[in-house]
Amino acid sequence: MHIPDGYLGPYTYIAFWIIMIPIWYYAGKKLNTELKSRQVPLLALSAAFSFVIMMFNVPIPGGSTGHAVGGAIVGIVLGPWAGVIAISVTLVLQALMFGDGGITAIAANCFNMGVVIPFVGYYIYKLISGNSDITSSKRVIASAIAGWCSLTIAAFCAGVEFGIQPILHHTADGTPLYMPYSLNVTVPAMVMEHALGFSILEAVITAVIFAYIQKTDASLFYGEKSEAQKDKVKKAVTA
Amino acid sequence: MEKIIRNLSIGLIVLMIFAPLGLLAVGETFGEWGPEEIKEKLGIVPPGLEELSDLWSAPMPDYDFAGGSESMTMSSVAYILSAVVGVVVCGGLLYFIGKKAAKN
Repeated sequence: MHIPDGYLGPYTYIAFWIIMIPIWYYAGKKLNTELKSRQVPLLALSAAFSFVIMMFNVPIPGGSTGHAVGGAIVGIVLGPWAGVIAISVTLVLQALMFGDGGITAIAANCFNMGVVIPFVGYYIYKLISGNSDITSSKRVIASAIAGWCSLTIAAFCAGVEFGIQPILHHTADGTPLYMPYSLNVTVPAMVMEHALGFSILEAVITAVIFAYIQKTDASLFYGEKSEAQKDKVKKAVTA
Repeated sequence: MEKIIRNLSIGLIVLMIFAPLGLLAVGETFGEWGPEEIKEKLGIVPPGLEELSDLWSAPMPDYDFAGGSESMTMSSVAYILSAVVGVVVCGGLLYFIGKKAAKN
């Protein structure tokens, strides 16, 4: 899903820079107000994990290869805004150092993988979990579904970005200037190979890490209070 | 907490060692073809794509040594080295950013 240079025309890649700059700014502000000292090592590990997970290319029937991102679990554990920062830093390094994803497309790639994945992951997880206990197994299932949806929807976004290029940029005789395939090819291709392949891997990774943290220290999850904190709040209310 | 960080770090190191497994997946990735591959598919390379495609030369293109490796062993070494660079730089930067953010 790392869109290289040359696939998106200037309208699209400039639009994504304009969209992403305020998102990065706001994510930085959110990190300043929300991040706790004890979460710092987890934040560092998140970006490192995501980097390595994206190196695990897996083949799927049909001759295509791709990978999971690990962004849904980052969104669930540290919150979607922290996810934006962690995944964006990873993607910038991949583009600059390893040529994975284009320079012009950094903002578009950060939107697809760094914004869509942690946000879709976090909110679908929250939606399915509802008021269930933080230690309930329902939440493990919720995290798996969140992982699957997050990567599939991100792939859909990339498919749309690819597919609008022949409409936006072509020569007078209709020759495409950038991505040559149109929406009826790009969207099904991106969505299908993720939905039936890489998103399943994303679901497994999300659920395994979720179950491990849930079992070890569920108070680490974003937006959840530990029992001790809950007691404190209760006492403050009754006092 | 320390236990979680320690165990996740061990998991990460194991993943880094096995990262070259990711090299075994041979095949194309949709929308990430090089200009030559597009030429093979369509007979032409879209002019804008051709122009932009060599905008940037990364120091370790495709997680390999510049110029490419001759053997699978060297590719694997390059791949693990890439994972180390990724982990150190991403982890280090986020640790630094996180420390600053947590202080505020």
